[in-house]
Amino acid sequence: MRPRIGFAAIELLEAAGCEVIVPASQTCCGQPAWNSGDRAAAAQLAKKVIVEFEGFEYVVAPSGSCADHIKNEYPVILADEPEWCSRAVALGRRVYELTDFLVNVAKLDRVPGSFAGRVTYHDSCTGLRSLGIKAQPRALLARLPGVELQEMSGAEECCGFGGTFSVKFGELSAAIAERKCANACATGAAAIVGGDLGCLLNIEGKLRRMGDHETQVLHIAEVLTAKP
Amino acid sequence: MKSRAHRFKENAAAALANPVLQASMRKAKGKFVDKRAIAIREIDDFEATREAAKQIRNRVIENLDLWLEKFEETATARGATVLWAKDGAEICRHVVDVAKRHGVKKAVKSKSMLSEEAGLNLALTAAGIQPVETDLGEYILQINDNEPPSHIIAPVVHKSLDEVADLFAKTHHTPRKTDIPALTREAREVLREHFLTAEMGISGGNFLIAETGSVALVTNEGNGRMVTTLPKVHVVITGIEKVIPTLEDLATLMRLLPRSATGQSISNYVSVLTGVKRPDEPDGPEHLYFILVDNGRAEVVGSEFQDMLRCIRCGACMNHCPVYQTIGGQAYGWVYPGPMGSVLTPLYTGLENAIDLPHAGTLCNQCGVVCPVKIPLPELLRKLREKQVERHLRPWFERLAFRLWAWVASRPGLYGLGARFAARYLTWLADGKGSIPALGLAPEWTKGRDFPAPEGKTFRELYAEKKQ
Repeated sequence: MRPRIGFAAIELLEAAGCEVIVPASQTCCGQPAWNSGDRAAAAQLAKKVIVEFEGFEYVVAPSGSCADHIKNEYPVILADEPEWCSRAVALGRRVYELTDFLVNVAKLDRVPGSFAGRVTYHDSCTGLRSLGIKAQPRALLARLPGVELQEMSGAEECCGFGGTFSVKFGELSAAIAERKCANACATGAAAIVGGDLGCLLNIEGKLRRMGDHETQVLHIAEVLTAKP
Repeated sequence: MKSRAHRFKENAAAALANPVLQASMRKAKGKFVDKRAIAIREIDDFEATREAAKQIRNRVIENLDLWLEKFEETATARGATVLWAKDGAEICRHVVDVAKRHGVKKAVKSKSMLSEEAGLNLALTAAGIQPVETDLGEYILQINDNEPPSHIIAPVVHKSLDEVADLFAKTHHTPRKTDIPALTREAREVLREHFLTAEMGISGGNFLIAETGSVALVTNEGNGRMVTTLPKVHVVITGIEKVIPTLEDLATLMRLLPRSATGQSISNYVSVLTGVKRPDEPDGPEHLYFILVDNGRAEVVGSEFQDMLRCIRCGACMNHCPVYQTIGGQAYGWVYPGPMGSVLTPLYTGLENAIDLPHAGTLCNQCGVVCPVKIPLPELLRKLREKQVERHLRPWFERLAFRLWAWVASRPGLYGLGARFAARYLTWLADGKGSIPALGLAPEWTKGRDFPAPEGKTFRELYAEKKQ
């Protein structure tokens, strides 16, 4: 969908002095299956990810919900298979959401971008409530002198995406998104920024349907690496 | 109550299309959420108190039979009669029996969700006993042709002042008024007569205290006191999971319940009622009955859903739920709405009868973080989804889609090809514009929003090109 986000994440990690490898065989962490009650499919993909990533020093995802799924759900999914479960736990210790990694592990001091303008930040649910992602993206945005962060009311409220929820209950999901968009737009921000693509697709899709073709909807990595 | 939970989707669509409900829900949201946020700051260590409350509730539920026996013993020693009900029908039978035994013609009720589970009002009416709801919200619903509640503590949260004004004028044959104090005065005048003439009071119970055989009632309107002290017969109907060991435990739970529910430090009335009226007491019921109800609860004990039995019915989960905030409670189709209802309804009425409810949440975990007894609601919803898959209750095309997707996702080459195809297809659909207004493959998505256009090539392709 948005390859820019992946490349922006790589750029940020390299700016922090990391050597970045994107394993070519990776596909999906399996979260949609797990959240839909399909334990078998979730376990199958979990094992695949464990094998692909356990050789690395750190595993970083530009998404709070993917990172949380690998870090905290894999051990639950594989609870009945002790050997896999301990591999999942070992991997989980090294899994980070991007902004969390940049701030707390890599200690990135200078961000490469030069974005300017007023932005507002949407806290994605899983990142916020399961991984404690709140201060990290704001700390990074604060390193961009041209960025003015204007908090929206209800920044921590769900945008209505919810994975398969968004296609099971489309109208309902979009109605929740409408509230999010209204709150975000009330800040007068030129860009709504977030850390999870699912939320961003939902928010952008709703904005466009509402006739707003101006407000940008960006991943935090895009903002931190934006060139003039 | 007859469940309409199988029609969740239609119910939700109707709620979205109801402007009065939409306006009421918007108003309610701020009130509940903001007031709770302020109230919990009064507790020095809110998280530790939550943990303590969780432990109290777990301690009971892990040995529920023993605590219930203890309660039965202490309550009986204070002159109460303890009856057991397997299901809603048995609740109704017990209440009608008790009413007949004491020559009851009219029963005043304070709020009881168990009586909603049982459809008690209908049963009483059929037996020639007049039930009168005295909680203001429940009263409004009763005079509106027994409309079902939309919230466990604020049953008319979906209604507007105008609707209530119309209803009062029509029912009471009085001039229409929209002044709230005048409306509540009118309700009090009507209800006062019923309090004084009813032979039986029916209440729920927030907690049953095992060490003393008492019931604790948490209310704001004072009707609970009238119902439980004026009539000669008092019937308490509660779920078997409501028992707690001691009064000290009650003190801990009461630090959380009103704050989580309405954002109050303490509710206007907290009553701890013990036993029948003694000779030296000026008031209280001569006959006290406890109807302790299973209705699906016993089966949850020891199951992977046992955490749900900790619930103290504060309503914080629904107040903070983006779905509940958007459609209100009636759409959920049975007694309990919101996240707790989405877990309880399938458990108590059958997984197959509430197929949409476990999916009627975004798993945002706002409910989990506000729950005063730390029930992992999103996890329970997910487990219910898993049960649906195990029992082959999901539609075949959904199962097939997941199988296919998992099969492809296990084959990187194929997955990459699929992603390429999807990106090209979506780019073609977008036709140079930033977004796609209608998606044939995901029509639900584009019902209320566009789908943003992809950039073109996939990350996988570009990354491979770069590396070469």
